[in-house]
Amino acid sequence: MNAHATKQGGGGAGLLSLLARIRPALNFITALAVTFLGLLAITFFIGRVIPIDPVISVVGERAPREVYEAARKAMGLDKPLIEQFLIYLWQVLHGDLGYSLLTSHPVLEDIKRVVPATFELATVATILGVLTGVPAGVIAAVKAGRWPDHIIRVLGLIGYSVPVFWLGLMGLLLFYGKLGWVSGPGRLDIFYDGVVPQVTGMILIDSLLAGDWGIFKNAVSHIILPAAMLGYYSLAYISRMTRSFMIEQLGQEYITTARVKGMSERRVIWKHALGNVMVPLITVIALSYAALLEGSVLTETVFAWPGLGFYITTALMSADMSAVLGGTIVVGMVFVGLNLFSDFLYRFFDPRAKL
Amino acid sequence: MSDQQKPAAPPDAPSGAGGLRAWLESETPRSAFQARCVQMWLSWLKFSANPLALTGLLIIIALVLMAVFAPLLVTHDPLAQDLAGRLLPPGAKGHWLGTDGLGRDIYSRIVAGARITLYIVALVTITAPLFGLLVGTLAGYFGGWTDVVLMRVTDIFLAFPKLILALAFVAALGPGIGNAILAIAITSWPPYARIARAETLTIRKSDFIFASRLQGASPARIVAAHVMPLCISSVIVRVTLDMAGIILTAAGLGFLGLGAQPPMPEWGAMISEGRKFLLNQWWVATMPGLAIFTVSLGFNLLGDGLRDALDPRSGQS
Amino acid sequence: MLKQIFYGAASLAALIAAGATGSAAQAGTPADTLVIADKIDDLITLDPAQSFEFSGAEYNLNVYDKLLAFDPKNLGPLVPGLAASWSLADDGVTYTFKMRKGIRFHSGNPVTAKDAAFSLRRAIKLKKTPSFILTQFGFTPENVDKMIRATDDETLVMVTDRPYAPSFVYNCLTATIGSIVDSKLVMEHEKDGDLGNLWLKTHDAGTGAYKLRIWKPNELYALDAAGDYFRGKVAMKHVFVRHIDESSSQRLLLEKGDVDIARKLTPDDIAAIASNKDLKVENDLKGRIMYFSLNQKNKILANPKVRLAMKYLVDYEGMTKSFLRGQYVVHQAFEPLTYLGELKDNPYHLDVAKAKSLLKEAGYPDGFSVKIHVRNAQDRLEIAQSLQNTFGQAGIKAELVVGTGKQTLTVYRARKHDIYMGAWGPDYPDPNTNADTFASNPDNRDEAKLTGKLAWRNAWDIPELTKQTKAAVIERDTAKRAQMYVDIQRKVQKDGPFAIMFQKIIQSAMRKNVNGFVTGGAISNAHYWTVTK
Repeated sequence: MNAHATKQGGGGAGLLSLLARIRPALNFITALAVTFLGLLAITFFIGRVIPIDPVISVVGERAPREVYEAARKAMGLDKPLIEQFLIYLWQVLHGDLGYSLLTSHPVLEDIKRVVPATFELATVATILGVLTGVPAGVIAAVKAGRWPDHIIRVLGLIGYSVPVFWLGLMGLLLFYGKLGWVSGPGRLDIFYDGVVPQVTGMILIDSLLAGDWGIFKNAVSHIILPAAMLGYYSLAYISRMTRSFMIEQLGQEYITTARVKGMSERRVIWKHALGNVMVPLITVIALSYAALLEGSVLTETVFAWPGLGFYITTALMSADMSAVLGGTIVVGMVFVGLNLFSDFLYRFFDPRAKL
Repeated sequence: MSDQQKPAAPPDAPSGAGGLRAWLESETPRSAFQARCVQMWLSWLKFSANPLALTGLLIIIALVLMAVFAPLLVTHDPLAQDLAGRLLPPGAKGHWLGTDGLGRDIYSRIVAGARITLYIVALVTITAPLFGLLVGTLAGYFGGWTDVVLMRVTDIFLAFPKLILALAFVAALGPGIGNAILAIAITSWPPYARIARAETLTIRKSDFIFASRLQGASPARIVAAHVMPLCISSVIVRVTLDMAGIILTAAGLGFLGLGAQPPMPEWGAMISEGRKFLLNQWWVATMPGLAIFTVSLGFNLLGDGLRDALDPRSGQS
Repeated sequence: MLKQIFYGAASLAALIAAGATGSAAQAGTPADTLVIADKIDDLITLDPAQSFEFSGAEYNLNVYDKLLAFDPKNLGPLVPGLAASWSLADDGVTYTFKMRKGIRFHSGNPVTAKDAAFSLRRAIKLKKTPSFILTQFGFTPENVDKMIRATDDETLVMVTDRPYAPSFVYNCLTATIGSIVDSKLVMEHEKDGDLGNLWLKTHDAGTGAYKLRIWKPNELYALDAAGDYFRGKVAMKHVFVRHIDESSSQRLLLEKGDVDIARKLTPDDIAAIASNKDLKVENDLKGRIMYFSLNQKNKILANPKVRLAMKYLVDYEGMTKSFLRGQYVVHQAFEPLTYLGELKDNPYHLDVAKAKSLLKEAGYPDGFSVKIHVRNAQDRLEIAQSLQNTFGQAGIKAELVVGTGKQTLTVYRARKHDIYMGAWGPDYPDPNTNADTFASNPDNRDEAKLTGKLAWRNAWDIPELTKQTKAAVIERDTAKRAQMYVDIQRKVQKDGPFAIMFQKIIQSAMRKNVNGFVTGGAISNAHYWTVTK
């Protein structure tokens, strides 16, 4: 769609060409607006469709009738549906995400607290997943059909098919309980909590900014296990995709040519072939990163990790829709952002996409 | 799906009827039907030469047999409780795989659960990919506004946190395995739509589509008869690869109490019930976990095999 | 650019690897710090006038004081809290409290009778859920300024609308809603006439042994000792209460010494740590009742014989001996044990033959089909499955309808269930709290929406019992009052739509060196200031 628009801007007057040039941007902004409006509408109507009464979340199960009715009114639930939606839209457009029913805090404040936790975990997990998954995929492709390929595939499959709470609890039992190599559930040993000033909300970064090596180490010892577990899942996906991209590349003529020319096998594989699959590979990585950024309730539950997944899920279960919406917007933004990023990569790095 | 398994039907054809084999291997097929059969036969040859793919197929067949003959294979009533004999280790008192927290026989529950797993698999297969296929091919074939609108909707669904969407649907429709599956299907169709659209875009301009348009075929017919069948192989591959994820998402919903309703022996629900015994009675969660692993392995191997066999791009080198 | 990304990632990984080496976890928690693993996701507000959840009650007990208190070392008789003494005039309605002198709030403001009057008035004017605990004495937002007054800095006078059993009034003042808040501080943060509610939801304005350092919902709250505490010496300078959802995770943390106390271990995890010499387990009977109820709108379940039969279809012993082991005791009356008027008889046991003959007499020899609504908590699901099993033995086909807590409650409050299986905990330490919900239903019409009362939720129309319950509240002779509750309970036990099954025992697993952790029995909650290590 965007490529189409660029083509039109070939010649013409300055204004026209300017218009043509910003047209992809305009298109993008429209698409963004539509996506967010859609997200808002869906979230809103989910909140009204699910048979969970948000008033009960606020007043508790024993509230007398007057208390219940008063709370219902205060929440604006007595108004017509469409009016409720417009009010909701109006507030959101003014940057007011409201208060969470469940935490009594402004949603924005909650988001600032839970998103960095998820972001930190997802980032470390993705790094681990990429650093192991890409080489594993390349090796599997080079040795396709032979035992290294099978081993990598089965290891990956275990990642695909083992429930995360099983792996998480077993990991805790072994590495924390028995071996004592890592720290237990939570982001930090508790008495370190709140010691370093919060800048980014990511403890790994905040502790480095504060120059507190001890806390950094402690944070690492807490994050390493859940990150490794999540990283294992992205490893499974990344190695599989790498394998299939690489197999395709290795069959290409230029590879044969390079080999004939006497280029070392290592160079052929790791530089030329891998270099050529980088763009689709990064898209794959971005997708798996995005999936991790949604937060995983199950991992967060097992590792007592106060992240986005747990936040949105508990909010939804109590029909705390302001909180759900806040989380949804973050996830939506991540998705749109990563989409944009991979579009950008395609456009600038893939010669074919330029045409 | 059934299309792809057809070749599995006449495995004895080569030895029995030389004529059939020759017909199938003919390089100059005389009808479109024969051409398609020839192509399938070649795919099957490729598929069956791959021992891993065959293993996958065998696992799936075993699952089907287990589901069909479940009442004959169980050693106990999968729902019968025995509070005095709870959490028995594998092998104790005639319980091959031990008993769970309410004293139910784990082996029998796994066998009975095969039906539910198949039910999940079947339901998901006939919903999400078909819907995705429809959306994707329509968007890709018609282009223009149809494309813009459909793809925008797809994007909105893609951008929505999956579990939230699934949870919301389950909450709205009421808990239960059927609704859980529907919710999973609703959240998992967008990638299929994307794939199908991409595929359609490459096919749209090809000569034979052009030819049939000239012959006066209606757009609906072209999409249904020519575009969809060509997209189907990549979608099928993707479905088999996603299957493990689908079974696990169902398990995840079970973890949150919104999947299969107790006392149904759904594997995912069994694992999440067993997780509280994981540190002491490992078998309660691990046995159904192994079952899920085996089936996922089966579908994955099958999917890989199908991809190698069906996808003209891979394995040509 | 791709290279930069790659190198950036690699160097971050290297840094992490450096951090991971030799990060040996330090053993144990500091000597002046108490770390508790619990489930605190029900904590949705810190304001004592609004707080109505289990975690909220515990938090408030440690951060606020009430006029009257329980002695954690000798639960039962009331002891002075912020009121040094109290008395009831001969008119039976005028209560006078003399305030303790020299106490200061965490802010430094002195505590006066004016704060006490403000706190109680505020609770009534805010009209939040727990306000009924006070409004049942005839206070309304309109009259409360007249009925509750500070005559001087040391004297609080409270006038009820008619005479009540004094024990009832005093007991209600020990509930969370009776907490005394810092009137000056709270009003400084008032916004749009909310009496400081929005601010106090996330802040502290108390006198308790501890002050709030931070509350991160679903993650932890951290308290610091507030200095000298008038009720005793505070040994633990810091208290952390962490939300850990999984019992297994709690157990691993406890075994490794990263927490001092684990509050939510399953019976199987408790059994597994029994042999660990570094740990101990303390049991405490709580006020929570586990029951199932039969909606009387359902024609079949409204049959008295069916009601009785259902009570014989519960494997009480089997459950408390297996998956509920140690955490529930069989108890079949609605007042918790240790409450005034407790009834210890357990007349029912699993008797399928008897139930079958009752069902036959009722006209259902082949049983019937019903739905059991239950929330997706593990112990409840197990109980529900056991019920499903034993019901089945008498031909009753029960389908479980599992939902989240809020979902199930929404159905229950709308009277749309067949059978609801769940728990009920007392709101304040007086027998009226449960009698008023299990045995009182002044208006059984749908429009009445008495959703707070279980008798109404199950459409149980009981004019006679409602009268008796009302009468018990104003009986001033305590022994007579106790007997009245015993009588009411017997009637409900025999004929009511409630099959009361168990009472909760809380098992706190802790490190050997932790002493003095009292969880407050059926009437109170955990005190942190009594803990030593």
